[in-house]
Amino acid sequence: MADFAQTLMTTLAVGSLYALIALGYTMVYGILKFINFAHSDIVVLGAWISFTLTRWLFPAVGLDAHNPDSPAPPLWLGASILIAAVVACSLIGFVIERFAYRPLRKAPRLNVLITAIGVSLLLQNLGQLSFMFGPSPQKMPALLSNVELWRLSLPSSGGARNVVIGLVDVMIVGTSAVLMIALEFLVFRTKIGTAMRAVSYDLEASALMGIPVDRIISYTFMLGSALAAAAGFLYALKYPGLNQPAHTTWVLLGLKAFVAAVIGGIGNVRGAVLGGFVIAAVEQFGAYYLSSSYRDVYVFALLIAILLVRPSGLLGSTVREKV
Amino acid sequence: MALLEVENLGVFYGAIEALRGVSLCVEAGEVVTLIGANGAGKSTTLRTISGLLQPRSGKIVFDGRPIQNWPPHKVVETGLVQAPEGRKIFSNLTVEENLNLGAFLRNDKAAIAKDRERALEFFPRVRERLAQQAGTLSGGEQQMLAIARALVARPKLLMLDEPSLGLAPQLVQTIFQVIREINRAGTTILLVEQNANMALQVAHRAYVIEVGKIRMEGPAAQLAASDDVRKAYLGAH
Repeated sequence: MADFAQTLMTTLAVGSLYALIALGYTMVYGILKFINFAHSDIVVLGAWISFTLTRWLFPAVGLDAHNPDSPAPPLWLGASILIAAVVACSLIGFVIERFAYRPLRKAPRLNVLITAIGVSLLLQNLGQLSFMFGPSPQKMPALLSNVELWRLSLPSSGGARNVVIGLVDVMIVGTSAVLMIALEFLVFRTKIGTAMRAVSYDLEASALMGIPVDRIISYTFMLGSALAAAAGFLYALKYPGLNQPAHTTWVLLGLKAFVAAVIGGIGNVRGAVLGGFVIAAVEQFGAYYLSSSYRDVYVFALLIAILLVRPSGLLGSTVREKV
Repeated sequence: MALLEVENLGVFYGAIEALRGVSLCVEAGEVVTLIGANGAGKSTTLRTISGLLQPRSGKIVFDGRPIQNWPPHKVVETGLVQAPEGRKIFSNLTVEENLNLGAFLRNDKAAIAKDRERALEFFPRVRERLAQQAGTLSGGEQQMLAIARALVARPKLLMLDEPSLGLAPQLVQTIFQVIREINRAGTTILLVEQNANMALQVAHRAYVIEVGKIRMEGPAAQLAASDDVRKAYLGAH
């Protein structure tokens, strides 16, 4: 029971991160029908921009990251860093779409896909330059002290055990929930959101309605990148040992989020969120109850199973391929 | 000066010449029809006017402004609105959301509500289905929605591409009746049709297009009576 509750808490936190990243994949796929391979690199940028800003701002507000007795940083510091990372990554997302993808709007989809891989490699390698983030791992200073919020004593096989719910996990789940609800509202309740759904269904018909299609596509990229930045920031809160920008952990993180988008039904916003939590559950419970060495295997095995049974994903509708 | 003037339009699909110098004009208040066989260039003409295709040569002047090479959403902003072939409604949105998208460029809430009301008066069946997913509508209802949606944009000139396509004869009658009413209420219409018979009944003037060129033009009644048109497009022997 105790183990179950603890694993569930981790699932919620990790699932939120997958969901945030998966949303970006799914929104871009929904509109442009291609997989933005550079999306996981936006997550990396989000994390590393957060780290860089934290390192600059800590001394500025009189904090010392290396001194354990230093007081906890104020909440507004974390919030402003989150906002700064989100703004920066949205702009980067805008620039990438404008200069790498938009010129290929009428090119075959394969060209765009290859370009996306190119953008991904470019970002990874730029990130490793010494005047950028450098080629070595860094330790993210704690922006949020992981206070115990609740400690529950639950029965377990070896007697009662404690389940600890920490501030960081709650903050991750809470921030993600707020962002996802905001996105849901934007996509389903506003004029811009309706336009996004229209463009994703039929680009040409949308243009005939007077929808500025290119601008809507820019918004979509900016939105996806903003969520990726938030995911990167929250990831750095939870896992402060930041790997260097081209490290495979980042690639794997992006890949799993992509799997989440596919499992939920690529192109479907609610599906991406569902997929995020489903793969987090499979990964975390598999790792705890079976074997942690196969944690990635569970995720990809689930992908194969879902593709066999429901190729369009859990919430995806059957896609009519336009000829 | 005519509301819409198209002069010597040349359009290519790659190396294939789709329009070889199409010229036509539409006066304010008219219903003008462009008839022709499959592949003659009817839709290509409308798509070029709407800005979906870039002409290689020629001029398009709408309401006194040259609009060739404008992006589609700018063209819509001038009041030149197209209800495209095959309806192209957004099946993933509700009927109401589809209608509201017609007013995407407008911000005058009260005026939009009035135009929406007017559009729905033409198509009471659409009003009954506002909350439904648009994909669940029948073909005829989808066509009605497509026209209603275009009307919500408050067009000065409404371009209809094959509104009778795939509809039962009874519905075709209804649609053309409404097209007539929309025109009487003050909207200029450029109608592209394969159903030449119906189109010539509704229109004031007509153009006949063949392999990318205008072959004949004149008052609709006169063309409907001409032997060439009757043989080629009206099924007479």
